[in-house]
Amino acid sequence: MTTPIRLQACGFTHADGTCALQPTDLSVEAGETLALLGPSGCGKTTLLRLVAGLARPDPGGCVLFDGRDVTDLPVERRNVGMVFQSYALFPNLDVAGNVGYGLKIRRVPPGERAARVARMLAMMRIQELAHRRVDQLSGGQKQRVALARALAVEPAVLLLDEPLTALDAKLREQLRVELAGLLRSLRITAIFVTHDQGEALALGDRVAVMRAGRIEQVGSPHEIYHRPRTRFVASFVGILNLLEGEVADGLFRLPGGSLPASGVAPGPAVLACRPEQLRLDPSGTLAGRIAAAFFLGDRTRLVVEGAAAQPIVVETVAAAPRPGEVVRLAAEPGCPWPLPPA
Amino acid sequence: MGNDRLALAALVAPAIAFLIAFFVFPLLMMARTGASGPDGLATYLTILVDARYLASLGKTVLLAGTVTLTTLAIAGVAGVFLARHRFPGRRVLTAFLTLPLAFPGVVVGFMVILLAGRQGVVGTIAEALTGERLVFAYSLAGLFVGYLYFSIPRTVLTVMAAAEKLDPALEEGARSLGAGRWRVVRDVVLPGLEGALLAAGAICFATAMGAFGTAFTLATQIDVLPMVIYAEFTVGANIAVAAALSFVLGAITWAVLAIARTAAGANVAAAG
Ligand SMILES: Nc1ncnc2c1ncn2[C@@H]1O[C@H](COP(=O)(O)OP(=O)(O)OP(=O)(O)O)[C@@H](O)[C@H]1O
Ligand SMILES: [Mg+2]
Repeated sequence: MTTPIRLQACGFTHADGTCALQPTDLSVEAGETLALLGPSGCGKTTLLRLVAGLARPDPGGCVLFDGRDVTDLPVERRNVGMVFQSYALFPNLDVAGNVGYGLKIRRVPPGERAARVARMLAMMRIQELAHRRVDQLSGGQKQRVALARALAVEPAVLLLDEPLTALDAKLREQLRVELAGLLRSLRITAIFVTHDQGEALALGDRVAVMRAGRIEQVGSPHEIYHRPRTRFVASFVGILNLLEGEVADGLFRLPGGSLPASGVAPGPAVLACRPEQLRLDPSGTLAGRIAAAFFLGDRTRLVVEGAAAQPIVVETVAAAPRPGEVVRLAAEPGCPWPLPPA
Repeated sequence: MGNDRLALAALVAPAIAFLIAFFVFPLLMMARTGASGPDGLATYLTILVDARYLASLGKTVLLAGTVTLTTLAIAGVAGVFLARHRFPGRRVLTAFLTLPLAFPGVVVGFMVILLAGRQGVVGTIAEALTGERLVFAYSLAGLFVGYLYFSIPRTVLTVMAAAEKLDPALEEGARSLGAGRWRVVRDVVLPGLEGALLAAGAICFATAMGAFGTAFTLATQIDVLPMVIYAEFTVGANIAVAAALSFVLGAITWAVLAIARTAAGANVAAAG
């Protein structure tokens, strides 16, 4: 049940000439979960549809499942499980009918079909909903039914297009954890589309960050966050402070003071740092005034003005200073760091 | 509260008065007229056992049923196609499709004669090909063609409206689970269009049951129920029978519409 996926030079151009995806190479290892992350309209769904077989790549593109060329196989013959953003449950069938639909198509005898449907419902913990109409389900329940339906046919790969986007924050968090556990225990190759960077980092074994029809970087969540290869990736994933100043004598001079800057060429520079790479420190060398404080529960997010040309975001777990107070900031070693090329 | 009721009654009263004056009253009058002949209420029995009336009734129902099924098949395919595909001339074609709606039955009958009458296009082509003139304008077949001509447009429009609302993700979902083209049509498209097809089919059936102008134009050998009613009324001056037949025609059509509506309602309820 673990099938590696490879895309070779897969591009996609719409009938009206809109290029939704530049020719792209991508491989997903067997049993791996890849998160496709990017802003709206960047081509995530397009890429997923090419893998599914719902769209054909432009000439020259090639989709391989387990080394086998499946470019010419339509979706119904690729044995993929799909979960759509809108869930796309069949309104004329009940929950069990939906989950068993793929098995019915595959002519699994009714007895065995019922047993497998029951197993899927049990796995998703929705046994009691078996005979419910799908319009009588909550968003989270629909999501589980959609997942059960896709997994019931034991697909070679699982493709999920923004499966959690339609849910409210609390439920999204809960289902994210469940989904992570499920993907891990099934060891199924999965591609997961999202525009939520938190979701991508939490669920993906690897993350592919897309922008305007192109993959900008593929890497582990850690790599994507800590070693972004382009300025876009750096700013799209997580919060990024951009500091404009001047490097001289190993110091990065800013309006509110300075920060250490080793290994950066002297002259005007734009350096970056993550909120958690800065801390409040009375002996810090950079001073600013608190403009706003947002209590997040486990920590407080502070917006500091006056330290740099643009406000800096800092997070603290200690008692937070009030807006208007003057604070001093210190940076972790290696911070701020030079930005990758645009 | 009392005021609200009063206001509601005041608003509903004109509608009820209208309903009574123009619907219930004439209907009762007609039902009574049906029983006013020499046979009294037995007139209703007579028309249900008389071979000629019965044959006419059977023919009319059969014709209306066939027209309905054929229309649904053609308009279903055409409607989904038109809703799904964008091509040059699509808007013109769609606008053109509504044209027959503007013609009275007489004109449609005239067109059928031009098409399949003694000097008709079909006859000429058939003669060139087989040596025999094909003339069917003046038979049930001619009526069938005429009814199709004005049933298909409105059904296509209804189907198009319903097909635009089908969620393409449902079809893609079915395909991703292994369903081939025909499976998708059977399991997703048809259930999705069921309400529209039932509604359009019911209207189509009712229209074909009661249409008169076309039959009257093609005339002579066609004894569908509206024609028989006309004959009884004018030629035979048999007003009681004409009224009884009208009542039966209305009852059957109404029953079919009611059944279709119930089926559609049950289906909509099941489908959500
Ligand atoms: N039918 C179409 N014709 C022309 N262009 C299209 C069509 N459908 C989508 N596009 C374009 O293709 C590009 C990629 O679309 P895609 O749906 O893959 O984006 P996405 O990353 O999934 O966005 P979202 O997060 O909003 O779902 C978009 O710029 C979009 O405008
Ligand atoms: Mg999308």
